[in-house]
Amino acid sequence: MSLLKKLAFATALATVMLSAPAAIAQTKIALVVKSLGNGFFDAANKGAQEAAAELGDVEVIYTGPTTATAEGQIEIINSLIAQNVNAIAISANDPDAVAPALKRAMERGITVISWDSGVAQDGRQVHLNPSDTGLIGETIIKLAADYLPDGGDVAILSASSTATNQNAWIEAAKAILPTKFPNINLVATVYGDDDSVKSTNEAKGLIASYPNLKAIIAPTTVGVVAAAQVVTDDNLIGKINVTGLALPSEFKKFIDNGASQAVALWNPIDLGYSAVQISYQLVKGTAKAEPGATISIGRVGSITLDDTNSAAMAAPFQFDKSNIEEFSKIY
Amino acid sequence: MSNDAPTHRNIPDRLDSPLRAAILSWPALLLVVAVIIFTVNSFASPYFLSPWSLSDATFNFTEKAIIALAMALLIISGEIDLSVAAIIALASTAMGLALQYGADTPALVAIGIGTGLLCGAFNGALVTRLGLPSIVVTIGTMSLFRGLSYIVLGDQAFKGYPASFAFFGQGYVWWVVSFEFVLFLGLAVIYYVLLHRTSFGRRVYVIGNNATAAQFSGVRVERIKFLLFCLTGLMSGIAAVLLTSRLGSTRPSIAQGWELEVITMVVLGGVSILGGSGSIAGVVIAAFIMGLVTFGMGLLNVPGIVQSIFIGLLLILVIALPIVLGRLRRLRK
Repeated sequence: MSLLKKLAFATALATVMLSAPAAIAQTKIALVVKSLGNGFFDAANKGAQEAAAELGDVEVIYTGPTTATAEGQIEIINSLIAQNVNAIAISANDPDAVAPALKRAMERGITVISWDSGVAQDGRQVHLNPSDTGLIGETIIKLAADYLPDGGDVAILSASSTATNQNAWIEAAKAILPTKFPNINLVATVYGDDDSVKSTNEAKGLIASYPNLKAIIAPTTVGVVAAAQVVTDDNLIGKINVTGLALPSEFKKFIDNGASQAVALWNPIDLGYSAVQISYQLVKGTAKAEPGATISIGRVGSITLDDTNSAAMAAPFQFDKSNIEEFSKIY
Repeated sequence: MSNDAPTHRNIPDRLDSPLRAAILSWPALLLVVAVIIFTVNSFASPYFLSPWSLSDATFNFTEKAIIALAMALLIISGEIDLSVAAIIALASTAMGLALQYGADTPALVAIGIGTGLLCGAFNGALVTRLGLPSIVVTIGTMSLFRGLSYIVLGDQAFKGYPASFAFFGQGYVWWVVSFEFVLFLGLAVIYYVLLHRTSFGRRVYVIGNNATAAQFSGVRVERIKFLLFCLTGLMSGIAAVLLTSRLGSTRPSIAQGWELEVITMVVLGGVSILGGSGSIAGVVIAAFIMGLVTFGMGLLNVPGIVQSIFIGLLLILVIALPIVLGRLRRLRK
């Protein structure tokens, strides 16, 4: 019995000592991800820790279920509510299923934002998209134009002709061409259906049909790899530059061999960084979650909330020879 | 066992005094484990001992525990049902479909529970009428039921359940006591009576110990097994109503992987996976243990994978402990 008492006393003492540093009133921000053990989210956590170090009085709790399920995230939300965290920043496995639990969190005074994968509007205060249609459309053209100082012919190799995202990006790109990139000539848009074989054939077709082609833009991770492989196999490196949206880990070899100068995609580090910045300011009351509000996000810039309290973080992040090595290890 | 002299065997009419048996029983051992976990959690996190925290914690296991009650009976009878999580998915999808045609709250509940019951009857019919092994049948229906949900929903979701429907999974009966929790306790009492205080319960044990002997003793083995599958389906239907109400939406991936958590609860509760023994009290306490352990570790932000490892170790430890103690006792004799 006395041993038990001693143990209990020691545990209590340890608890008090462990919790003592917390008395400096830290702001506890939970970064809830779809699942642990995913390089993309580990990178987001890296950014979140960076923001915490910058802000000083922030403790980031990086957490998520083992498998990417809504039920697992709800269990985590419940335990975060019990811990009285100040904010929850979540990339949701299901926009609707986690909403009731997050509503309960907000009722108990916790700031809730979603990032990357959003939550239904009534289940969060702010949603942070990695980017938006206009910015992506501009970026994919800019990626080609940056390496064509004298302009020239470019073509787009897209996913399927019915892919909502890609079509919106291509429309935005076309809209911006005459004003911002007057010497870039978009000669064709073809569709590889996100199928390696079809994308390869379409890329070969483009090269055959347009002898003056200077760049192939593929705003899809499947198409961009297929096009770069064709350029590599046909010894066209240096003649045709392949660019678009690509996963750094899949695409590193084509940056290394010169088939591509640069590609882009969302930057998870910046996403985690921005999520913590936004949560912190909402907790401190220095920013408000209302349509039209502008929130500064440190080194990444600032965002403006739209009618649904969502905002786009930034243009897709560019990967080239200088940083592909680092990011290919992340995702 | 085989070491005992076969010629001279003494069969006592009672193994131990009832009090001694109760103290050394499985539920008692589990209760001690539960109390230890509760105490450790209270010291480890300053947030654990708050009524709202504990109330939130119950949501993490009540739906699974409700299925575990029926699953316990099924496993005691020597069968198993791996399709329970898939039944939740199909029942939830059926409710979502009904919602699209304007069903109100009572109709939604009836459809959810009814779908569960039908799925259970389907499993039961395949096992008892065709004489197929239940593990094979329910691996099949596990894919079948969830596959149907995926066909109906694809990557879409049903949402927009009426506000009154939210009560089942989010409502409170009194202060912090949720409707789910009260329902679970009520069902636990019913299952306790059913298994331990009725002839039906005795028959379930007999079937689990020796189905052939039971058959020759006039026990209608097939019928009882069929009923047990129906009961498991029914409880899965109830769990589907609760979970759908709690999530406020239906996706085909709902309750993914729950079948193993339910079976873990049952086995941790002292039900022999080979059938023939176990108790409702053990299953109820095991449900609490799993709930408290995961919630306590969640409060300390222990990663989910470490939690799974801990639950696995706990399972092995709790199962192995009585066997090791029994060996030691026999060695001393």
